[in-house]
Amino acid sequence: MLESRKVFFYLSERKKHVTKARAGKSVTLDLSFLFLIFLALFLLFGQSILAEEVPTAQEEIAIPKDSVLPVPPTNVIAKDIPNDKGGAITISWERSADDGGGAKNVTGYEILRSTKRDEGYEHIGNAPPGATSFSDNVTKDKVLYFYKIRAISPTGTSESEPSALAFSKRQWFDFSRLSLFILSLIIVFAIFYFIEKAKSEKGLFIRKIAGLEAVDDAVGRATEMGRKIIFIPGIMDMDSMQTIAGVTILGRVAKLAAEYEAKLEVPVSKSLVMVTCREVVKEAYLNAGRPDAYNDDMVYYLTDDQFAYAAALDGLFLRDRPAAVFLQGQFYAEALILAETANSVGAIQIAGTAMPTQLPFFVAACDYTLIGEELFAASAYLSKDPKLLGSLKGQDVGKFIFLLAILIGVVFLTLNSVLGLNLPDLRELFKGI
Amino acid sequence: MRREVPLVLTAIVGITMIIAHFIPPLNILKNLFEDWFFIIAAFAIYLGILNLILINGDKIYKKQKGWPFGVVVILGFLVITVIGIFFSGGKSFQDPGTPFYYIYMNLYYPLSATMFALLAFFVASASYRAFRARNVEATMLLGAAFILMLGRVPIGYWISTWLGHTLANAADWIMDFPQLAGQRAIMIGIALGVVSSALRVILGLERAYSAGE
Repeated sequence: MLESRKVFFYLSERKKHVTKARAGKSVTLDLSFLFLIFLALFLLFGQSILAEEVPTAQEEIAIPKDSVLPVPPTNVIAKDIPNDKGGAITISWERSADDGGGAKNVTGYEILRSTKRDEGYEHIGNAPPGATSFSDNVTKDKVLYFYKIRAISPTGTSESEPSALAFSKRQWFDFSRLSLFILSLIIVFAIFYFIEKAKSEKGLFIRKIAGLEAVDDAVGRATEMGRKIIFIPGIMDMDSMQTIAGVTILGRVAKLAAEYEAKLEVPVSKSLVMVTCREVVKEAYLNAGRPDAYNDDMVYYLTDDQFAYAAALDGLFLRDRPAAVFLQGQFYAEALILAETANSVGAIQIAGTAMPTQLPFFVAACDYTLIGEELFAASAYLSKDPKLLGSLKGQDVGKFIFLLAILIGVVFLTLNSVLGLNLPDLRELFKGI
Repeated sequence: MRREVPLVLTAIVGITMIIAHFIPPLNILKNLFEDWFFIIAAFAIYLGILNLILINGDKIYKKQKGWPFGVVVILGFLVITVIGIFFSGGKSFQDPGTPFYYIYMNLYYPLSATMFALLAFFVASASYRAFRARNVEATMLLGAAFILMLGRVPIGYWISTWLGHTLANAADWIMDFPQLAGQRAIMIGIALGVVSSALRVILGLERAYSAGE
């Protein structure tokens, strides 16, 4: 087994920094204060300061009046798409005056491109009538391009004046996500800090989560009744964090089932989840000292289809009448169908999901529900590992930041509205999140 | 090695995916990893199919309880696979006019819609239990649900016109303020939980998903 210190070798280094920081506490506090001020200013104004000027064009053209041709589009502007990997330019224009009706009604636009202003224009794409923008996603970076827009109508075509020069280039940082980046850094460092702190601190408090306390009771009930425990890890694949959290809880349930000699079944809807769940259940039975009781058929695949999966599980509930049903993972419309059917056969149900739309259904139909973050806290709660508990405490720092921002934001906006002040709108800080 | 390799791979891929979210040129790597996932998942489907056939085949062979359902599963799988592959008349099996399309639209689609429609009845039975006025909180829930349901149905609108749209406005207020505030609070908690869980997985602190302790 991989030692945690091998993975977190840098944490010991960080500890030294923390010790040093404690020695110069007042200096650190001053610096932290300055850093926070800088951070706030940077979040408010950094994007506009760092934003790059791009070539644009706003040229007026003479609109032909007595022509049978449609009035050409005007004000063609071409510019690099910001915060991308390059290779793309966005072109915008003002619609032809004949776009929208009449004999010269525009039926569409053609986008033309050239590396020279007056010749060599090639057709690179079309836009429907009413459109005012187009993305050219096949440009070569740092090559200068001109663009023209050609209005098409039954009476003929007319071209706009060329745009000013434009070129695409890659950006090495997505500034539209700057606030998310800084906020993520703060939360990540808070989690690291509390993980490190938890190593030396004993008895970190974690509030009681009734749904997780009931796991033992549910498995015990199934053992006494001699009926099955059915564990459903949601309908999504292993790329969902909710599925991973559900599989973590499965490990605990499987270990208890092995110890109590209860019958466990895990019908899944994704093949990768099946493989993972088999490994987890096998390991749990091994850890419980009952490898002989493990059987690959305990975890089996039903179907990828949402409602076919729900139908198969409903049939399973009604035929086998399980004593306990665990619904832990990502669920959609099948959530209530499963929960109500399991309820109708008298099974104790412990559900957990981070889908806000399905939570009310689980709360109404199940005995216990892990609401949102409780699902992700399950592994820390069940293992009581200080490092995992520390990460939960780090999460609380994030909550505190959001709470503070909401409170200050509400006060600022209220004061602006009531007293006519001009205090900053904190929503700007959270743009891009 | 059996434990270390998955942990190292998880760390490399996880950190790359996070960095790529902020550094656009690294999107190439992000897309590459996502493609790899889909390729692995596509191959894993064969594992699932094999498992489905083996489990149901065994059930039929041993005449276990409910074995006729196993026959339906295997027959259904074989018929739709053979028809899709060999009887599409040179078109894609999903194109209108193919036997596969006919079965999909006339057998699978109604069955799936029927399952979805059951939700209406389950919502009614779950609501009946949830809205019983057992205590103060449940009574508040019942009151809010009553106003909301009445405010969103035609008869509620009709009553509202007599009351100066009070019911409809109250229903909107419940949805726009208490409901939305509660839902957003849950979503902030979920987002932070995902960040924390992802970090634990990437850094190898949480290993239960890979059969680790």
